[in-house]
Amino acid sequence: MRADRTRLPQSGPLAPFQFPAIQRSSLDNGLRVWTIEQRAVPLVTVLLLLRRGSAADPQHLGGLAAITGDLLDEGAGALDALGFHEALGRIGAQIDTEVSADATLLGLTVLSRFAERGFSLLGDMIQRPRLDRADFERVRDLRLNRLVQMRDLPPALADRALTELLYQGHPYGHLAIGSEDSLRAITLEHVQDFHVRTYGPGGATVIAAGDASHGELRALVATAMQGWTGSTADARDDRVLSAPPAPLARLAMLHRPGAAQSELRLGHVSIARSDPDYTRLLVLNMVLGGQFVSRINMNLREKRGYTYGARTSFDTRRGPGPFVLQASVQSDATADAIREAVREVEEIRGPRPITAEELDTGRAALTRGYARNFETAEQVARAATQMALHDLPDDYYSTFVQRVLAIDEASATTAAAEHLHPERMLTVVVGDRDRMGESLGTLGLGEALELGP
Amino acid sequence: MEIAFSRRTLDNGLDVLVHQDRNCPIVAVNIWYHVGSKNEKPGRTGFAHLFEHLMFEGSQHYDHGYFQPLQQAGASLNGSTNADRTNYWEVMPRSAVELALWMESDRMGYLLPALTEAKFNNQREVVLNERRQNYENRPYGLAGMALVAELYPPDHPYHWLTIGAAEDLRAATLDDVRGFFQQYYHPANASLALAGDVDPDQAFLLADKYFGELASPVAPAAVVVTSPPPRTIEKLLLLEDRIELPRLYLAWHSPELFGDDDAALDLVADVLAGGKTSRLYRSLVYEQRIATEVAASQNSREHSGYFHVVATAAPGRTLAELDIAIAAEMQKVFAEGPTVAEMERGIAQAEAHFISRLQTVGGFGGKSDQLNAYNVFLRDPSFFDRDLARYRKATAADLRRAATAWLGANARVALSVVPHGRPELALPGSLPVSVH
Repeated sequence: MRADRTRLPQSGPLAPFQFPAIQRSSLDNGLRVWTIEQRAVPLVTVLLLLRRGSAADPQHLGGLAAITGDLLDEGAGALDALGFHEALGRIGAQIDTEVSADATLLGLTVLSRFAERGFSLLGDMIQRPRLDRADFERVRDLRLNRLVQMRDLPPALADRALTELLYQGHPYGHLAIGSEDSLRAITLEHVQDFHVRTYGPGGATVIAAGDASHGELRALVATAMQGWTGSTADARDDRVLSAPPAPLARLAMLHRPGAAQSELRLGHVSIARSDPDYTRLLVLNMVLGGQFVSRINMNLREKRGYTYGARTSFDTRRGPGPFVLQASVQSDATADAIREAVREVEEIRGPRPITAEELDTGRAALTRGYARNFETAEQVARAATQMALHDLPDDYYSTFVQRVLAIDEASATTAAAEHLHPERMLTVVVGDRDRMGESLGTLGLGEALELGP
Repeated sequence: MEIAFSRRTLDNGLDVLVHQDRNCPIVAVNIWYHVGSKNEKPGRTGFAHLFEHLMFEGSQHYDHGYFQPLQQAGASLNGSTNADRTNYWEVMPRSAVELALWMESDRMGYLLPALTEAKFNNQREVVLNERRQNYENRPYGLAGMALVAELYPPDHPYHWLTIGAAEDLRAATLDDVRGFFQQYYHPANASLALAGDVDPDQAFLLADKYFGELASPVAPAAVVVTSPPPRTIEKLLLLEDRIELPRLYLAWHSPELFGDDDAALDLVADVLAGGKTSRLYRSLVYEQRIATEVAASQNSREHSGYFHVVATAAPGRTLAELDIAIAAEMQKVFAEGPTVAEMERGIAQAEAHFISRLQTVGGFGGKSDQLNAYNVFLRDPSFFDRDLARYRKATAADLRRAATAWLGANARVALSVVPHGRPELALPGSLPVSVH
């Protein structure tokens, strides 16, 4: 056989995708248990999802949900902090705690031969954390130190500014780690109270996936979690559903003398995860800035060389989440990069509608490679947490491809017109103001709001 | 853990490895070229990585960018360069394997006709921005450059980081690109692995169809890399940076990848700083609370490794305090070796980590990447079991001996990274270094 280099080979038909079967049941205490068999390698992943995250932080106590999650592995059950980690280490278990705006996710991955011990340790962490004062103070100090280090980290500074300015007075208006003031205001009693109110079987879901049968996985969860008492109520909080007020400025600047680049965030508040236009916006985003060949990356990186990469995303949540464009660009091109980025957002709304080829590429990236997202037990279990968090139907992942393929270019362009709002986008610049000269003033964004470090 | 594979070597010298795994209807294509920043010359550093960027800009028979047709076919794709090798991969639905092989073979065989000055200049700007983003504008981002510059003499190919020097990137020319391609980018200097839902016979047929026609000059002579001269005098350096919390980097020469003591030093790193029960975390972060974080790792590369310990001072604490506390813990390892529990923990964690990396067929660190790693560095893609066995059979005595032999106080480089204008926060006697 000789290669025919006059044209590219056509891809064959796509194998239909089926999400692995989930077996659902509940324990007597109300805890929902989902199991998924995934037997390729001798590992098991177990995730516990609580539908409450940093948006549940009381006002002035930003960081409470995150520090509570962080403290769970600092001693639990009969073991102190070091003893607990010694036990995890002996079985090679990895634990992972993630606190996002809407959710707290606690996870453990372990060699399947050590699954029983691993599940038991995770169960201790969730039900019987020690929450000792000395550990609390030490961990709070470490988090305060991390905030100190974030002052030198341009992406963190830009994320924080965007979050605070887009969501003033809203439960989404702070980073999960909180601020120096709020962390200092948190006491051990706040943590203990938050743990009692939030951690309970009622609103929680455990998802176990990996190299064991459904029956074995369920039995492992039951053994570790059936004694869990505590709140049986769903802990979700509807305050997040409200819309935040419009930001006070369109341009915000954090001056860092001598910065090698400008860290940019452009964004506005957008849809919630439950919005009926969610899938249309996924497709739109692939064309606009969601993959390498998207308009914004091809323009800012491949055409102009301003940046190592630029991308956009709709960070969809239970309440209205942000649409964000992000890039780190060379300082002397800051204003031009902003201008080009805004122009791309404006044009995709109608002046330069999505073409058939762009739509095809965008849809293909979401559909043809879809199976890749579900290769490992951990990927499958994480996908299932999204079903539990957002009440997605059982066949959500198995029907995803057909939903995407039902969207045409007119529908995606209309979604852009309806959901992208360049006129109310906030632009955050973290960089050396002096190297931009007067150029930012030519953008028509008004006076820059100067931010402190 | 057995990873079954078949191997054929094409007439032009290209190794083809195929591993079948039908767990998920996807296939990984992964190519390693045995070239990296170690093949660069002083004055042209950063070139191997800049070249990698150009491999995504189109080739003779499809000169419209590398990403478009592959993303259209549902592939995820990327590439990376380090000191020793450059890799490129796609992971895609099985129906698109032929497309990936077409594309990879076209850029292996026919890159230069599509190369233009405009593409070259654009990607040079992109790489300069990558450098700004990941090194210059990142706290402590230049420390790695300062360390390797001291650990290795100027004519040693590990003297510089893969990202290179900005002025060298600016000095690179199109002729450099042509020469580099001709010398290093051809079948006899590459290894192709396919893993996933693919039939091995079909894979070999396709590999031969697309790669078999490519020219096969002899493989370039291996870079002659001598061992760096042993270090016998402690070196203290200081670097000022835009940071608030000073950080101490301690570094030593260490064995090469898969060399004697490589696995033992991996386990020593784990004893010192792997997780919250590790000795340094317990002493510096948990008990004394003088550091906010500690890390240790054995960075092994093809010809020589370096071991390093990194600790960041808690507010108000000094690097001298950190240094004393680290030295005390290391002394205990030299004197007594690790405990039984530490060995058990280290080996369990090494095994879990090893198996974790084999959950995926492709990408960075999946099975196809690992097959190529073993093939390129050891000429032996079946090394999986023996790789894991290196850790399983290590003993406490091995760790103690390796730590004592390699990590002596006189052999170390100690780099203090301190806030601008605060050189007094460095370890006493440190000499300023200039990195940019």
